Amino acid sequence: MEIIACIKQVPDTESQIKIAPDGKSIVQNDIKWVMNPYDEFGVEEALKLKAKNGGTVTVVSVGPKRVTESIRTALAMGADKGILVEDAATDDGDSFTIAKTLAAVVKNIPYDVIFCGQRAVDDDEAQVGAMLAEMLNIPHVSLVVKEEVDLAAKKVTAEKPIEGATLVTESSLPVLLTTQKGLNEPRYASLPGIMKAKKKPLETKKVADLGLNAEDVGLAGSKLKIMALTPPPQRSAGKIVEGETPQEKAAALVKLLREEAKII
Amino acid sequence: MAQGVMVVCEQRDGEIRKISYEVLSEGKRLADKLGAEMTVVLLGSGIADKAAALGGYGASKVFVADDPNLAVYTAEAYAKAIDGIVKQADPAILLMGASVEGKDLSARLAGKLSTGLAMDCTAVRIDDGRLVATRPIYAGKAFAEVVISSFPQMATTRPNVMTVTPPDTSKSAEVVKVDANLSADDLRTKVLEVRKEAAGKIDLTEADVIVSGGRGMKGPENYKILEELATVLKGTVGASRSAVDAGWRSHSDQVGQTGKVVTPNLYIACGISGAIQHLAGMSGSKVIVAINKDADAPIFQKADYGVVADLFDVVPAMTEEAKKIM
Repeated sequence: MEIIACIKQVPDTESQIKIAPDGKSIVQNDIKWVMNPYDEFGVEEALKLKAKNGGTVTVVSVGPKRVTESIRTALAMGADKGILVEDAATDDGDSFTIAKTLAAVVKNIPYDVIFCGQRAVDDDEAQVGAMLAEMLNIPHVSLVVKEEVDLAAKKVTAEKPIEGATLVTESSLPVLLTTQKGLNEPRYASLPGIMKAKKKPLETKKVADLGLNAEDVGLAGSKLKIMALTPPPQRSAGKIVEGETPQEKAAALVKLLREEAKII
Repeated sequence: MAQGVMVVCEQRDGEIRKISYEVLSEGKRLADKLGAEMTVVLLGSGIADKAAALGGYGASKVFVADDPNLAVYTAEAYAKAIDGIVKQADPAILLMGASVEGKDLSARLAGKLSTGLAMDCTAVRIDDGRLVATRPIYAGKAFAEVVISSFPQMATTRPNVMTVTPPDTSKSAEVVKVDANLSADDLRTKVLEVRKEAAGKIDLTEADVIVSGGRGMKGPENYKILEELATVLKGTVGASRSAVDAGWRSHSDQVGQTGKVVTPNLYIACGISGAIQHLAGMSGSKVIVAINKDADAPIFQKADYGVVADLFDVVPAMTEEAKKIM
């Protein structure tokens, strides 16, 4: 069984985000870069599928050289090989150009199931998975918390929560699934895993190798453009509710919410 | 020449969802600003009778694709049906709600239409005839103002953010029935089952009131007091990442950068210290209340009202006080 896990490297969620002087990007010094947490679920699920059905897990990403660290992490977890599109032409691309770049990589390798994190915790676009599936002309199911592949019948059943319900879906293979918390508990890389990962193949490609033009990817090819970044509206500490006892404080709070905030 | 605003309505079991009225209201504001029409797309099975009334929200025309294969949402079938309507009507702006369905559908559709999509926006406006959208990134640690260079300019709006305009019930829209033109290729995913949660459970992303518990709850059994307060306030219960990671609450209850980003009117944080990734997920709430024993907890820096006390004393007392007035 051929499985692909697409990953992105993002700032760790404990990072403070500061806007750069250009007003359109963030300050990158002091940022700890990690694999997008939602993509870790994809890598883990790919490894579970491989354990069950055999085959190959290929990790694919787009980004600068530092992304090799995240790919090595996935290889150390147990993935077989990595492909990184490392080309300055892809810089500052929107979801559309990233999906296009990933599609150009993936269409040249065999696959039964592709995993993408449901969204990246940096730009929160939540688009690449569905766009990639559309470009590859395969079905997709997003926000999956459970999946079961029936290789013989060439189909996958999946569960996805929606507001107030859970959908049980069935799709034909090949399929793209976007992953989220609840699907699995991603494993940590073991020391032998880390040692082995150093010897696993990690290929880097340029956009020209993929038959793409530089103007179709990155900022040049993007349809969504950032005009400005601003800090969030500042919230300042409000008032501390006074009272002699917890009961008095509770009564004072309810009164404030009713009469001052007019919210209940 | 692409013109006007098109809104994709979302229905569940044949009923139009609240998020769609938010989007319709915002869509009408944009259309008025452009001096153009607002049209609507409604997909489903046996839903045509809901279409004309959308004129009350300012729609001039409602395109209805009524097909048994559209009864329950699937990405490919819905994207295919809307693709045909968009190509026929050629809107300049295409809007939908950033619900679970809207996020999924808009992304697939933007891929099909080869256009740009601003996801989960908290504000949209017209500047020089073009759509300018504001969207939180890094779960709200920064806001991006974005524009789209292709047509239709697509955007989804975050639930609970846009104000619903009361409808003018004297108006009705022209209803245009269209064929969804579905082939076997569009039906490669089917929904086998819709497992409904207990009636009355409100999703965090759509809740007006959230009572959220963190590590200070000490164990899963203690969430009962939060459930009781939430019931009185007609809200729902959320949790911090540490509470979810400890297995006290389900993953779908998690608020934060790796959980749900929420925008309720009232967010009550109980025994939550206020890690950066949690604050990012709830700082869009209109009013924040923090209840914590530790007066130095970072959550107090973001709270409109802080209560420094043991939540196990304060929360049940609040429930009793709220019962008196609700």
